[in-house]
Amino acid sequence: MKKNITTKQEYQTYVEKKSPNSPILKNCFNAFWVGGLICVIGQIIFTICRSKGLDETTSGAIVSISLIGLSAFLTAINWFNRIGKFAGAGSLVPITGFANSIISPAMEYKSEGYVMGVGAKMFTVAGPVLVYGISSSILVRNSLHNNKCPRINNIN
Amino acid sequence: MEIFQNIDLYMLLKAFVIGGLLCVIAQILIDKTKLTPARILVLYVTLGTILGGLGIYKYLVDFAGCGATVPLTGFGNNLAQGVIKEIQKDGLIGIFTGGLKASAGGISAAVFFGYIASLVAKPKIKKQ
Repeated sequence: MKKNITTKQEYQTYVEKKSPNSPILKNCFNAFWVGGLICVIGQIIFTICRSKGLDETTSGAIVSISLIGLSAFLTAINWFNRIGKFAGAGSLVPITGFANSIISPAMEYKSEGYVMGVGAKMFTVAGPVLVYGISSSILVRNSLHNNKCPRINNIN
Repeated sequence: MEIFQNIDLYMLLKAFVIGGLLCVIAQILIDKTKLTPARILVLYVTLGTILGGLGIYKYLVDFAGCGATVPLTGFGNNLAQGVIKEIQKDGLIGIFTGGLKASAGGISAAVFFGYIASLVAKPKIKKQ
């Protein structure tokens, strides 16, 4: 050993030096390219839908549904866990992560029955997402745009 | 192969970079702040509705396409835009009908596929 460790502080710096070199960089890199790739797949589906003459809203919905379908398939064959372990937020943040958060507990809690198991546990993560998403979409609209909508002003 | 000629490589690159960056921000939050993934999802959706309601997020959508709509912030933006559009169309009732109408496809698909998956698939028992 090159250096004697006598105090606690020295030990701490020693550990920090020796511990794996900031996995956060590796995590971020994996999250970046996996997340980016999922968005690219979405963009390709979107472009194909657009070139078939569908409007933007419908194409967007088709992109979401196909990615959710893909995510469901990967979750059902137990591949999504592995991808998730590797990519971290890369597979969590795109809509695939939202889908996985519904599908994975639905499969897992099958043993507790189809109503209180599958039906209820499906929403352990998706429930909060929907609650806060819907509530904030209502609140944001009303706190920001009160003057821009003539019909509301008429009622008021 | 006409379909593939329509695909704009520059647009794909923009989608890749923006989508990737949104994931990197979430990854940094997970690693640095110990926020659970569920909280990250809630945070992203809420952020998306706020940016969508302010009208900022649509610039990102115009720039990056699916790079902005596929991450959950896009889901939030979709909710907010749905409320705004529906109010313009139907008046006050749109506040309550708009958000879910705009995101109905995604939610229904996730619930239905989740149910189907629970019927056909067996979860792998985790080896500890």
